[in-house]
This record gives sequence, C-alpha cells and structure tokens, in this order.
Amino acid sequence: MKIVVLMKQVANKDAVLRIRSDERWIDESDVSQQTNESDGYALEEALRTKEAKGEGEVIVCTLGKQSAKSVIKDALARGADRAIHVLVEDENSLSPFQIAEAIGSAIKEENPDLIFTGLQSDDASYGQTGVVLAELLDIPHATIVIEVDRESINGSVRVKRELESGWYQWFNYKMPSLLTIQSGISQIRYASLKGIMAAKRKEIREVEAAIGDVDSGQVIEKVYMPLKTKETQILGGGDAKAGALELVEKLRNEARVL
Amino acid sequence: MILVFIEHKDCVLNKASLEAIAAAQDIAGQIGSTVGAVIPCGGDCVLAAEIANYDLEKVIVATNERLSTYTPDGYTDAWAEIIRKENPSHIVMAHTYQVRDFCPKLAARFGKEMVGDCIRYVNNGGELVFTRRIFLGKLDADVKIKGEGPYFVTFQSGAFRGDSAAAGTASVETVEVEVAEPRMSPEEPFQEAKASVDLTKSEIIVAVGRGIKSEENLAVAKELADALGADLAASRPICDSEWLPIDRQIGSSGQTVAPKLYIALGISGAIQHIVGMKNSGTIVAINKDSEAPIFDLADYGIVGDLFEAVPTMIEEIKKG
Ligand SMILES: Cc1cc2nc3c(=O)[nH]c(=O)nc-3n(C[C@H](O)[C@H](O)[C@H](O)COP(=O)(O)OP(=O)(O)OC[C@H]3O[C@@H](n4cnc5c(N)ncnc54)[C@H](O)[C@@H]3O)c2cc1C
Ligand SMILES: Nc1ncnc2c1ncn2[C@@H]1O[C@H](COP(=O)(O)O)[C@@H](O)[C@H]1O
Repeated sequence: MKIVVLMKQVANKDAVLRIRSDERWIDESDVSQQTNESDGYALEEALRTKEAKGEGEVIVCTLGKQSAKSVIKDALARGADRAIHVLVEDENSLSPFQIAEAIGSAIKEENPDLIFTGLQSDDASYGQTGVVLAELLDIPHATIVIEVDRESINGSVRVKRELESGWYQWFNYKMPSLLTIQSGISQIRYASLKGIMAAKRKEIREVEAAIGDVDSGQVIEKVYMPLKTKETQILGGGDAKAGALELVEKLRNEARVL
Repeated sequence: MILVFIEHKDCVLNKASLEAIAAAQDIAGQIGSTVGAVIPCGGDCVLAAEIANYDLEKVIVATNERLSTYTPDGYTDAWAEIIRKENPSHIVMAHTYQVRDFCPKLAARFGKEMVGDCIRYVNNGGELVFTRRIFLGKLDADVKIKGEGPYFVTFQSGAFRGDSAAAGTASVETVEVEVAEPRMSPEEPFQEAKASVDLTKSEIIVAVGRGIKSEENLAVAKELADALGADLAASRPICDSEWLPIDRQIGSSGQTVAPKLYIALGISGAIQHIVGMKNSGTIVAINKDSEAPIFDLADYGIVGDLFEAVPTMIEEIKKG
C-alpha cells in the first residue's frame, strides 16, 4: 500500500497579513508559516490507513520554496516514511493547474495506490489542485471525504463524502484513487521525540519543478482588503468590558432585541 | 454562448443554480452573448420545463441512464461532450459541493482550470476581472484568465440573487450523451441521527468558535445563553472536537439559521460559517482580531477578549 500525501505550507492562521508592494500577494518575509490545516488531516488519514493495513509507505509531497521543508520535516516526524520536495521559488504565481501538473510529474513514477490531499488551501483556496491532479493522472477522485472505511480497502475503497446541510453519502472507488480530506476527520497525532529523531534519517528527494505553460490559467492581478459592505458599530474602543456594557445597552435600546 | 449548470437531485432543482443563471445572464449582457442551460439527467427530465421559463437561448438536457445519480466521472463525460458540441465562451456554475467535486476535473479535461468561488466580477473594457476571497476571507484577489476559452467560472452562494434571474421562454433540446462506466459507485445519501435541537426556530443564538479555546470554557458561553434565553450553537471546529454535538453546527454543512439576534464569540467568519447565519436580524461579533471577516457582517462588534467581554455582559443582562 503506497500512499502519497500532498502537503502545502501556508501563512499562519493568526498572522497579520501585509500586502506585498506589487500588490499581487502578501509580503511573506516576516509571516510565520504552518502546514495547511486540512493537509494535516490528510497525513493523519494516510498514516492510519497504512497502520490498518499493517504494511505500506506514506510519501509526503510538497511543492514550494526551500523553507517549505519545515512542513516536510514535521510530517516525517509524525510518521511519514519519505518525502518529495518539488522546488519552486514563487509558488504563489503559479495557477492550480500548473501546481497539479508539476506535482503530477514528480509523483507519477511512484504509482501510488492512494493519493490524499487537503480539500482546500487556506491561502489561495483554489479548492481544486487534487481534483486536477486526479484528471491528469487519469484516476478517479472523491472530494470532501469525512471518513475512510479502512476495512474495505481491497483494490477499491469505500469513503464517506460530506454533502451540503448535514447530508452524507458513501461511495465505492476503484483504486488507485485520489481523496481530498476534510478537516476534523480524526484527531491528529503529535510528533513524538522518537519520531523527530527518526525523521532525521528519512529521505527527502528534491526535484526541480517542471512548470508548464497553462493555456488558460488564472492570474492574480491585485490583492487587497475586502471592501466593507456593512456599517459595523465597533463598541468599547478596544476595551472589551466597556464594549460589553455598551453592547447590552444598544441591544436593549437601539436594536431592541432584548 | 455561455453555458450554465443546472444542479438537481431526482429532478428537484438545487436553488443555487438560479443564482448561476442570474450570473450567466449578467455576463452575457456584458459581453453580448446568450445563455444555454445544461441539465445532466438519467431520463425524461421533468425539471427542463421549469428551467425553460427563464430567459435562455435553450435548455439542453444531456441524458444517459448513467446520469441518474451523480458521479464526477459521469457528469464530466456528459459535460465534456456538450462543451465540444456547443463551443461555449464561458461555463458558469454555482460553487456548490457537487460543483467543487466535478468542475475542476471537467476544466482539466480541456487543459484548463476553474476560477472558483468568485464573489463578483467586473467588465474592464471587454476583459472580465473576477474577484475571489483568499486567506480565509481576510483578503480579496482580482484575477484575470489568460489564454483561450472556454473559461470555467463558479460563483459563491449569495454573489447573485436567484430571484433576479430573468424570466422568458426557452426551447428544450435533449441530447443523448456518451458516458463511460464511472469508476465510483454511490450509495444512497443520508442524514446522521435526526437533529435533537431545531435551531431554525431559535430567537436568539449564542455561537462559539475556536476562540473559546477549550471545552471547559464553554461554560461561560452557556451562561450567557442562559441569561439571554438563547440557544447555544457553534462553528465547525467545535463540533469536530465533539465539544458540542453536530446538530449545533451552523454553516454550509450544518444548519442555516436566522434568529433575531446572533452573537458570535471567537468565530472568524469563514464563508462556510457565514452562509448559515448571514440572514440573522442583528449580528454581534466579539473577536480579538479587528480584521476578522465576521466584522464585515456584524451590526455590533467588540474587538477584544471574549473572556473579558462575556462575563460583563452576563452581569449587565442579569441586572435587567
Ligand atoms: C467544505 C467545507 C465545509 C465547511 N462547513 C462549515 C460549517 O458548516 N460551519 C462552519 O462553522 N465551518 C465550516 N467549515 C470550516 C470553515 O471554513 C472554518 O474553518 C471555520 O468556520 C472556522 O471556525 P472558527 O471561526 O471557530 O475558527 P477560526 O477560524 O480559527 O477563528 C477563531 C477566531 O477566534 C478569535 N479569537 C481567538 N481567541 C479569542 C479570544 N480570547 N477572544 C475573542 N476572539 C478570539 C480569533 O481571532 C479568530 O478570528 C467548512 C469548510 C469547508 C472547506
Ligand atoms: N504547493 C503545494 N504543495 C503540496 N500540495 C499542495 C500544494 N498546493 C495545493 N496542494 C494540495 O492541494 C490541496 C488543495 O489546494 P488548493 O487547490 O490550493 O485549494 C491542498 O490542501 C494540498 O493538499
């Protein structure tokens, strides 16, 4: 059982975002980075699947700059077996098709049984890199996977997909297949000290990205703070307690909802 | 022509598709084009007549019995054949979970990608510029599409109003399409155990997000809810952690509510949460981060620590 997991490095959730001077992305120079949230769950799901099978290999693949190694090292410490780092300097200027294509050519010869990705990146939020990759590799895919029936794996895999408004649906997929994993599917393990030590000896293969010219890719022209659409009354001027007093007064006498 | 996707289950329309029709009509007006609607369906499509009441060039029913239930493989094959036949300039869809599932695959089959989850667009002297939300709603990005069409564009729920889709009369055309055997087989959709609380009837909702930090801290939110006679609800991560049951989750995969008062404690305001509560009467947000997107929606906001604000609120409310 060979499983490839796609993991991306993104700006920290709580980071203060400043826009780069060319206005095409954020200024990443002093922003702390983390693993994309759903990708952490994708890795966890891959590790559990390998463990349930009692054999196999989990290979992490990250496309990004040299500093994205921290995502890879963390994944290796949690239990991934080895990694492929597709090196590009300015990943944010690439379209999702280009990213999928570059990742596809880097992992193709691995012929994995399963590919797990996150369902969406928290920065660019294209929500499609995995799906495009599946089409390029000519394998079936399922998005928004919330449960993998590991018992079922036997040339095919049964997965539970989330639909809208509290509905779900099980699908049976021929393997190899690609699954995009929803956050919260399971509890993510921490890296153990032993894991961190072991990670130092694990292989990280670097490959130069093969970036193709995409025929109709999207290009970000300008990034900016969203235009405010609503007049929000900010209460308390930074003092939460004063704000709370004002709020109760407003809810009673202005909005009249209490 | 611009083609728009009509989503349905057993010929029952997904209303989001009306927003897509409105979007496609709007774009067609800008670029001097017409709109055709595409309905993949397993047989005689009773929905076609309903869609023919919109101002459309035509309604195309793509039929094959393999399309009687949704699969990404089946829908991609059907759509690909229609696109080759009609040669549209744009394909417009509502950014639903089903569209997320097959639209990128369809676009990739044409060597292209989806410009997904757009919140608006402008016509910049003949060139369309689309706006997408990025960084979990904290920033907007204006994007252009390079190269030749067809262009695949999806719009976020609420970007266009479904009731603004222009009425008219369209002809219905049925096309038998070829669909290879899908590599996935679906079982019946189902809901988890019936919801034990019906938040759609709540007058006041106190909703907690990840800012609450721990399960024990829920007590303070509960106390506020009790003081207000409110129901307690949550964002997804709180339910994922099982601090509250899933029937308390508000958002695209949970409940959609519209109480007269909605108080969001430590919720950032991701679109998937907002779609579930944006029609609430008065919206209050308490959040440490002044740039949290929830503030774009709130009538009243407190920028600060919820653990300072909430106890004071409780005290003040109890004073009556
Ligand atoms: C397909 C899909 C479906 C989804 N469905 C849903 C859904 O149905 N419902 C849903 O809610 N989400 C859903 N999500 C997840 C959604 O995208 C967000 O990840 C989620 O809503 C974030 O929850 P949050 O606001 O509680 O957490 P975060 O985004 O982590 O925000 C926490 C907030 O708390 C603030 N905070 C921290 N400490 C304090 C403090 N002491 N005082 C005040 N504020 C504080 C922070 O500033 C931050 O803004 C879905 C996502 C996807 C991709
Ligand atoms: N640069 C990247 N490196 C590795 N994986 C990626 C990269 N970009 C996207 N992915 C994967 O594709 C998923 C969807 O990303 P996106 O299409 O940008 O929303 C992510 O959750 C990752 O699993």
